[in-house]
Amino acid sequence: MKILVPIAKVPDTTSKIAFTDNNTKFSPDGVTFIMNPTDEWYALVRAIELKEKQGGEVVVIHVGLADSEQIIRKALAIGADKAVRVDADPTDAYFVAAQIAAHAKTENYDLIIAGKETIDYNSYEVGGMIAELLDLPCVALVQKLDIENGVATIKREIEGGTETVEAKLPLVICAQKELAEARIPNMKGIMGARTKPLTVVPADATEKLTTVVNYSLPEKAKECKYVQPDNVAELVRLLHEEAKAI
Amino acid sequence: MAVLSFVEIFEGKIKKASVEAAYYGSKVAAQLGTDSVAVVLGAASAEELATLGTVGVKKVLHANDARFNNFDSKAFSKAVGEAVNAAGANVVVLSFNQNGKLLAPRLSVRLKAGYVPGAVELPEFNGATATAKKNVFSGKATAHYQLNTEKKVIAVNPNSLSPVRGTGTAAVEAFATTLTDADFSTVVKGADLIVGEIPLSEAELVVSAGRGLKGPENWGMIEELAKLLGAATACSRAVADVDWRPHHEHVGQTGLTIRPNLYIAVGISGAIQHLAGVNGSKVIVVINTDPEAPFFKAADYGIVGDAFQIVPQLIAEIKKLKAAH
Ligand SMILES: Cc1cc2nc3c(=O)[nH]c(=O)nc-3n(C[C@H](O)[C@H](O)[C@H](O)COP(=O)(O)OP(=O)(O)OC[C@H]3O[C@@H](n4cnc5c(N)ncnc54)[C@H](O)[C@@H]3O)c2cc1C
Ligand SMILES: Cc1cc2nc3c(=O)[nH]c(=O)nc-3n(C[C@H](O)[C@H](O)[C@H](O)COP(=O)(O)OP(=O)(O)OC[C@H]3O[C@@H](n4cnc5c(N)ncnc54)[C@H](O)[C@@H]3O)c2cc1C
Repeated sequence: MKILVPIAKVPDTTSKIAFTDNNTKFSPDGVTFIMNPTDEWYALVRAIELKEKQGGEVVVIHVGLADSEQIIRKALAIGADKAVRVDADPTDAYFVAAQIAAHAKTENYDLIIAGKETIDYNSYEVGGMIAELLDLPCVALVQKLDIENGVATIKREIEGGTETVEAKLPLVICAQKELAEARIPNMKGIMGARTKPLTVVPADATEKLTTVVNYSLPEKAKECKYVQPDNVAELVRLLHEEAKAI
Repeated sequence: MAVLSFVEIFEGKIKKASVEAAYYGSKVAAQLGTDSVAVVLGAASAEELATLGTVGVKKVLHANDARFNNFDSKAFSKAVGEAVNAAGANVVVLSFNQNGKLLAPRLSVRLKAGYVPGAVELPEFNGATATAKKNVFSGKATAHYQLNTEKKVIAVNPNSLSPVRGTGTAAVEAFATTLTDADFSTVVKGADLIVGEIPLSEAELVVSAGRGLKGPENWGMIEELAKLLGAATACSRAVADVDWRPHHEHVGQTGLTIRPNLYIAVGISGAIQHLAGVNGSKVIVVINTDPEAPFFKAADYGIVGDAFQIVPQLIAEIKKLKAAH
């Protein structure tokens, strides 16, 4: 089975979020970039587990500039076999999806496992876009994925619970928590990653459907109104009369 | 021209998230001086669909075809794409809920339409383009997305706006798609719903607790408070990880993101990864023994005190309030 895992690069969650140039650019000053946690912990690990069970190959693909090499090597250290980097700044989800779809068209993957969302733009969109570009079925918010005889059995999140669905391969999956247990790369993996193939390809010319014109930060920190612990009735009054929340 | 909203049915009723999407669609239609149209796929009663008129929908295109009773992203994308053509729509509005999060990006590609994933306010139109705000960096900032294309897709963050109901009735029209059985690619084998509880992602009121409660045996008062308010229960990841609470209750960066009207956090420190899932809540109440707990910085109301004393009093006071109204 040939599996493709798209991986994104994101600022670590503890990063201070700041913007420059009149709030039009994200400031990378002092920010540590990491592999998007959902991609690393769930999508990639489940792909590796499926390969270990059924044979085949796991390829990671990343749309980004040369400074992303570290996260790509980490994916190889965790257990991906090969990597592809599309050499372009990812500034529009459709652009990113189109690059990944263009690569997938040349390779006949049985399965593409993306993450459900990145922790920076929180968009839940690249996986679905890849599927539509390739005219493939897609299931998102996936918590469980098993494959037998070319049929995937999938558990996905729905409002208030989960649903079990079946779909034939080829297929696109958007992973979320519970799909796998995160793996920490071991020494052998880290050494091996240095010699695994990482191909850099130029980007296809694709239009951008959106532009982030600028950003804004929350106006000001909320002012917490404190209620004395011996006056809980006052809290209830405030919630009822002032906040109108109960 | 028209604005088309995608409306979902669950157990015969229009989903709350879809009512919000239809209402948002009607508001956008009013901005553009055009009609608000909705599309519904799968079985539903005409009476139920006509109620979309109360949120400004003029016409409902109803594909009353049992093959659509279960969500299939590929088939739905094709069918909604056909509805867009039938309605002559330039803007498509969906909820940024479980199904919308997958259907919307598919439609964006199908229609070559710029897409805002999780708009929190109405868009602003500026000639041929539109901009809309969306939360980024787990709610730590807002990005202003500009849609550069003629067609536009907007997925509305749940609980971003409260629909105001009027008195209208929507005209329901049968809508035939060209889909054949080959267009359907997923088969639903079953569902596992947490019955009797309010789904967390839909809840307007949420009572949540963390490690400050000391052990799973102490959740009785949290459940009682939630039941009294008609609220859903949630928890921090720390307590889900040690199996004090089920994982589907865990909110935050690695769990659910929610935006209820009221979020009551009991014995939760307010780590940045937890806040990422809840800081869109309208009103946040924090109960914590530690006056330095970071959660107070994100709170509207706070009590520095012991949960084991405060929560029972809170229950008693809310009972009084309920009795008086
Ligand atoms: C300077 C700057 C400007 C930007 N301007 C815009 C803009 O104008 N409009 C806009 O829409 N976005 C903009 N972005 C966001 C950027 O384009 C996003 O990386 C892109 O939209 C895809 O991320 P997402 O959050 O939408 O992905 P999601 O849809 O949330 O991610 C889902 C999954 O897709 C995969 N994935 C996501 N990104 C990549 C990637 N780069 N390579 C491989 N796989 C990936 C991963 O598997 C991920 O888990 C900007 C970013 C930067 C840094
Ligand atoms: C990559 C990553 C992702 C993560 N994702 C998430 C996520 O999605 N969601 C999430 O919740 N966490 C997440 N975490 C964990 C997060 O960092 C915190 O560790 C976690 O939220 C802490 O849970 P807590 O507040 O219940 O426990 P603690 O931090 O231990 O806080 C307990 C609080 O209870 C208070 N307390 C103690 N006794 C009482 C009492 N009697 N009455 C009232 N208050 C009392 C204490 O003062 C303290 O503030 C993530 C961490 C990482 C590194």
